[in-house]
Amino acid sequence: MNILKKFSLGLLISLFLSISANADKIKIGTEGAYPPWNSKDASGNLIGFEVELAKELCTIMKHDCTIVEQDWDGMIPALVMRKFDAIMAGMSITDERMKTINFSQGYADEVASLAVMKGSSLEGIDTPEGINLTLGGGDVKKALKTLTGALAGKTVCVQTATIHQNFLESGDVGKIDVRTYKTQDEVNLDLAAGRCDAALAAAVAFTDYAEKSGKAVVLVGPTFSGGAFGNGVGVGIRKGGDDAIGKKDAKLLKDFNRAINTARKKGIISKLAVKWFGFDASM
Amino acid sequence: MDLELMSSSIPKLLSATVITLKLLSLSLFFGLFIGLIFAILRLNKNIFVNKFAYGYSYLFRGTPLLVQIFIIYFGLGQIEYLRSTVLWVVLKEPYWCAIIAFSLNTGAYTSEILRSAFQTIKPGFIEAGKSLGISSKIIFYKIQIPIAIRQSLPAYGNEIILMLKGTSLASTVTLMDLTGVAKYIISTTFKPIEVFIVAGSIYLFMTFVIHSFIKYLEKKYSFQ
Repeated sequence: MNILKKFSLGLLISLFLSISANADKIKIGTEGAYPPWNSKDASGNLIGFEVELAKELCTIMKHDCTIVEQDWDGMIPALVMRKFDAIMAGMSITDERMKTINFSQGYADEVASLAVMKGSSLEGIDTPEGINLTLGGGDVKKALKTLTGALAGKTVCVQTATIHQNFLESGDVGKIDVRTYKTQDEVNLDLAAGRCDAALAAAVAFTDYAEKSGKAVVLVGPTFSGGAFGNGVGVGIRKGGDDAIGKKDAKLLKDFNRAINTARKKGIISKLAVKWFGFDASM
Repeated sequence: MDLELMSSSIPKLLSATVITLKLLSLSLFFGLFIGLIFAILRLNKNIFVNKFAYGYSYLFRGTPLLVQIFIIYFGLGQIEYLRSTVLWVVLKEPYWCAIIAFSLNTGAYTSEILRSAFQTIKPGFIEAGKSLGISSKIIFYKIQIPIAIRQSLPAYGNEIILMLKGTSLASTVTLMDLTGVAKYIISTTFKPIEVFIVAGSIYLFMTFVIHSFIKYLEKKYSFQ
């Protein structure tokens, strides 16, 4: 009994110590399943563009950071419930998300694209190389009309709760059968298995998959930006309240904005983008 | 607590409940059929037949339902040969993959429930039938099966409730069942507590109905 008492007391003390030691640590949430933005290596360590960028930003901010994993569909609720203090998970800055959380300035551009398997009837769709939904105009309208015709009655797969899902459900490309998955990995699997006629995600997510798996996944149609696709990828931060934590959140947002500026000027973001994406996606 | 969101999500969740109930009823229908066949095989004296039936229930009771769904949906989808066969017509659809996984899973449990029910039938009932000159086929259909079903009601009621909750895993293979739609609403409103409370209440209500129905059957067919 005595041993048990001592043991539980020790446990309690160590628990208390670990809590107080963490008091000034910043936790950054990421998905770890959206390569090359963020993913895991064979031994389970988090790797990717955002994992390295997070470390660089924390060094600039002189904050002690840990990066934690969180399923994509629970990312924003987990931030709001204070499971971590910031999101760096390839999350685009959209008006819809801004209703719930704040974003830092964007640090990288996410270029979205449709992908199909080689030999698909969709392979030849004739559209401009890229369309910006915010700018609009005749070209964009024409491209959307072409896509509406080509995708009619097709099954298009996307990861759940993404800008890609929002776009497909916005009605811009008519009514299509949208199938949603928990992770991008599962989207890729079902695209390769032939359950999806097409898939929509960050273009780099498909090229990365094609390269690693050797599957004949090809990009088709225009690259998308603006509108439902948001304004680049930024750091998600809780909206601050008036209490102590709220003030800390407001300060953290300022810190991140400053750190992103510094990292951009020093060329750190460009360097990391070229390393992970193969081209400069910084902004 | 966002009460407005809770009330506005009720109709969406209720219409998704239809899919949940479809998954449940079809899986239970096929599962009962599979379970009955394998329970009879388990009682067979031939060691190979017996071991085969035991192997099936061992395999499906010994692995998580989620793993079974993933193997059937994502795993079989990876086999290129399968995609060129007629089987792909069924396996291509997440709906049927879920039903296959659920049926095989509940079938394994049902076979165990029915087997033990068959084994608890007192030999006296069968001997009484024999002494009256009834053929063993009719003894099986008219004496053994009805008693076995009555004996297995409490355990089978539990299995139905477990299966109802198991259908929530259909959302992992893109199906928009009750859990799938709940997650979808959360993904646009970022309010998990409100939506899961409503979804949980709907599950609870369904469990209540199933439980009451089984209780009623137990009373109706009691031996007393």
